This record gives sequence, C-alpha cells and structure tokens, in this order.
Amino acid sequence: MQGLEDLYREIILDHYKNPRNSGQLDSPPAHRAEGYNPLCGDEVTVYVDSDGEKLVDIKMSGQGCSISRSSASLMTVAVKGRTLAEAREAIRTFKNMMSIHEAAMGSEAEEQAPADLRTLGELAALQGVVKFPVRIKCATLAWNTLSQVLDEIETGE
Amino acid sequence: METMTTPGAAEAADTLDVARIRADFPIFDRHGDKPLHYLDSAASAQRPIQVLAVMDEYYETTHANVHRGVYGLAERATAQYEDARVAIGRFVGAPDPTHEIIFTKNATESLNLVSNSFARGLLSPGDKVVLTKMEHHANLVPWLMVKEQLGIEIEYIDHNADGYLELDELDAKLDGAKLISLTLCSNVLGTLNPVKEIAERAHAAGVLVAADGAQYVPHIATDVQDLGIDLLAFTGHKMLGPTGIGVLWAKAELLERMPPFLGGGEMILDVRLDGYTPNELPHKFEAGTPPIAEAIGLAAAAKYLSALGMDRVRAHEIALTEYSFKRFEETFGHDMVVHGPKNPLDRGGVLSFAYRNVHPHDISQVLDQFGVCVRAGHHCAKPLMRTLGVAATARASLYIYNDESDVEGLIEAIVATKSFFG
Repeated sequence: MQGLEDLYREIILDHYKNPRNSGQLDSPPAHRAEGYNPLCGDEVTVYVDSDGEKLVDIKMSGQGCSISRSSASLMTVAVKGRTLAEAREAIRTFKNMMSIHEAAMGSEAEEQAPADLRTLGELAALQGVVKFPVRIKCATLAWNTLSQVLDEIETGE
Repeated sequence: METMTTPGAAEAADTLDVARIRADFPIFDRHGDKPLHYLDSAASAQRPIQVLAVMDEYYETTHANVHRGVYGLAERATAQYEDARVAIGRFVGAPDPTHEIIFTKNATESLNLVSNSFARGLLSPGDKVVLTKMEHHANLVPWLMVKEQLGIEIEYIDHNADGYLELDELDAKLDGAKLISLTLCSNVLGTLNPVKEIAERAHAAGVLVAADGAQYVPHIATDVQDLGIDLLAFTGHKMLGPTGIGVLWAKAELLERMPPFLGGGEMILDVRLDGYTPNELPHKFEAGTPPIAEAIGLAAAAKYLSALGMDRVRAHEIALTEYSFKRFEETFGHDMVVHGPKNPLDRGGVLSFAYRNVHPHDISQVLDQFGVCVRAGHHCAKPLMRTLGVAATARASLYIYNDESDVEGLIEAIVATKSFFG
C-alpha cells in the first residue's frame, strides 16, 4: 500500500482523529460560511472572530472524510492569530500545492510556481493528496470556505 | 456476424457459470495490472463482447440515419433499430412493443419525459403526485421541478428502519392523487418494493403508476403486465448495454394522451408556421436522431441476459447476497452494518454499508488499492441519506460476473482499512 501511505500520513490521521479548533463560535459576532462537496456529501462550517486585522479565533465543524476533516483542522492551526492578508496568502499557497497535479495534466489551470513547502509547515503533509485527484476537492473544501468568510469580513467591515 | 452461443449458462443447472461469463467481458483481462473486483454495477455495469460486436458490426456494415432515407442502407438501419425496439419490449413483457417502447438517453431522461409530459397535459395546479422517501434524485427532482412550475402537491411514503415501505398510510396518500411514481428496487437500500400490490391499490383509487426500474430490470425478470404498472423507466448501461440509451415503456393508450416532451425532427407529422401535428407512437416522443447503435447494442444485451435466464441471474444474486451477509457477520460482527432488508429475498444485490466509523470515501480509497471498485457517496439520494442519519455510504453491488472471490476481495480490503483507521 505504498501509494496510500503518501495519502494517509501520520499527521493527517492525527488531525482526523483529534481535530483542532473543532466547534462553533457565536455568530454574530463571529463570521461564518458553509461549504459543501455535492459529490460526496461532505460539509464544513468555518467560524472566524476577527478584529478587522487578525483572525482572533477560528473554529470549524461539519462532517467528512479523513482528508477533508484533517485539512480543515490543519487549516485552523495555520491561520489562527494571523492577519487577514497572511490568511489569504496561506490559502493561495495551499491551493497552489493542490493544483500541481492539474498543472502537470495540462489543464486550463494557469502555470503556477510550485508552492514553497517550507512556508506550509505541517500542511505539507497534505501534499500527497495531489496524487489522488478525486480527493483534491476534499482537501480544498475548508480552504474555499475560509475564503468566503474572509470575503464577508472584508466586505462587511 | 458473431454467432451467439448461450453465454455462461451451465446446461440444465440453476446456477450461472461465472468463469464462462467473465470470459465474455474483455475488461477483466484488459483493465490494467491489478485484479479487478468490480462491485459497482449498480452505478454502471460492464459490457460483454456480444454487445460490443453487434455495435461494431452495425457501424461497419449498416449505418445510416433511420426513418429518413429511401435507400437500402437506411432501410436496413431502420429495420435493425425497430427490431431492437421490439426486442426490448419483449424483454419487459410489453403487450405492444412497436408502439409502447420509447428510446431516450437514460432512465433519468425517461422520468423527465414522464414528468414534463404530465405537467404539460395531465396535471393541473393543486394535483397530487405520490413518491417514496427512497427515490433516486432522478425520480424526485423532476417532480420537484413540476411542483415549482405548476404548483402540484407531493406526498411521500415513508419506510421503516429495515428499509420496507410503510404501506398502512398508502390508501390515504393515494386518495385524490393523479400518479404514484416509485422505484422497484432502491439503489441504496436494495429494497424490492411490493409494486404489484401498490399498483392494485393505486388503480382501485384511480391513480396511475410509474415505476423506476433502473436497478430492477437488469437483475429480475420483468413483466410490466404482471406488475400491473402504467409506465416503466430503465437504462441500458446498467444491464450490460451501452451508455447513452434509456427506455420508457408505457401503455399505448396513456402515451396517446401524453403530450410530447422534446420537439424537433422525427416527432412530427406536419409542421406549419403556426403549429405542428405530433407523429404517431412511438416517434412522437423521439425527437432528433435517436441512439441507433445503442438501441441495437441494448437489444444484444437483453438477448445475452435472456440466454443466461433472468431467473438464474436472480438466483445467483440472492445466493451471493446471502454469502456476503454470512461472511460479513463472521468477519466483522457488529462493526459492519448493511442498510436495508436483512432477508436476501426482499432485496437486490445492492449492499450499502457502514464499517466502524471509517468514512466511505476513505473506505473506497483503500479498497481501490486492492482493485475493489465500490461507490462512495450519497448515491443521488440525499433525502434518503438524511433518514439513514449519514452523509454518505459505501456501496458494493453484485452482478452476473461477480462471485465469492469478489466478496472475499472486498472483505480483505475492508480489513486493511484498520491499518490506517484503527
């Protein structure tokens, strides 16, 4: 099961079994958005408390497979306490990592420089997902949802 | 043209010769390096060479557009297409196959034909249509669209925890309804619904009966007259036929009353700038160039299944379902739950299961490493998923080319999920 060990790394299984920042925040004042993957029924809700500068607190709830849940958990750890701009940058870097495969397949995805894995920390554990293209949507679900929350924060304030 | 031997049917035995059947399906030799435990026929079945050969033969020797040319080639193509219609009609016991079989794109289009035609001519605002809560989206969303468009009322028949319909309230729900549309076999629970009994009660109340046979016609001998239904939708690719072809059967007198669905060439007798006169049955419902090679391929698939014997096909699936239940119980005990009826006689070979708390996506990912193909997801039945209290299930489905070794392959792969998910 060589290939599977690339997908189901220890960090991923740890975040799946022991999700960080799992739960809800009162909304309002927290901003929230829901994400769905219509293919598999995965759902995630992301809550962010922001002072307009930083993501003061972040929680996520929902249900899904190990990849979608661990990615959501890793995401909350990566962006909690960061500025909105830094969170945007993390989303961009993560989605670049997830699109390496698409670029290699010659899809319409624009040519992108490989993500700088050193800036991703533990998130780099999800790199193996790109070898399993149908799972990319699982990994990006929470990130797309966070992106919606940031939109709401930036337009609402 | 390829001579058709009796495929895979052991002489004078009630069992299928699976090894001989598998030899008819090139994919088992040519799909790649891994073993192939194909347990996703409820999503789409594989094709035997007998189906592929007649389609090649048709394209290489006969193809022209049907019902148009007066030249010999076009006449032969038309004859083969119309022969296919009759063969498919006979396969489901249609009393008047030349007029009552409509070729569509798939079962979904067949059901959309029914809902759109009913909305255009047989339903009025406030009319009631009865469905069940175990319908595939294909027999649910088209009616929700009619509700949106026309303001009809939809009532749903519940099912119990074992996946059987709650029929106590059936007569009350049928009261005043125009149509009941329900599945013969649930694509998630496997439940075989008592459609014959429901049709009797519906007709007593003056209610028409439409049946979704997508998961039934490929697996169980089907006789629309015995079932007592008015309409039947099914699809080609789940019964060894090509993709891109579905079927609607309905009683001729009902089809006469139903307005056309898609407009265009072929479906008209006359067109003026201020109106049109629809064609006769079945052409009234077949706008544009139909799936000709697909119809011929589907007829070959029906011939293949008939040669095996649909009773043998059913017996094989019951036996394999029984075997699966026994081996799941021995290996996993309470760690594995199969949704739907526990009695193999009450269900098709559709085994939707939960294993511990492992998410179906993760199960099917690990299974793929073992060459085991199962479906993971909501199976286009989100309301049913909600009643089961799950977002998704993994589903293994059985067909004529599966045997005990596929069940063992499935079990071995499920055991392996433990190495990641404890």
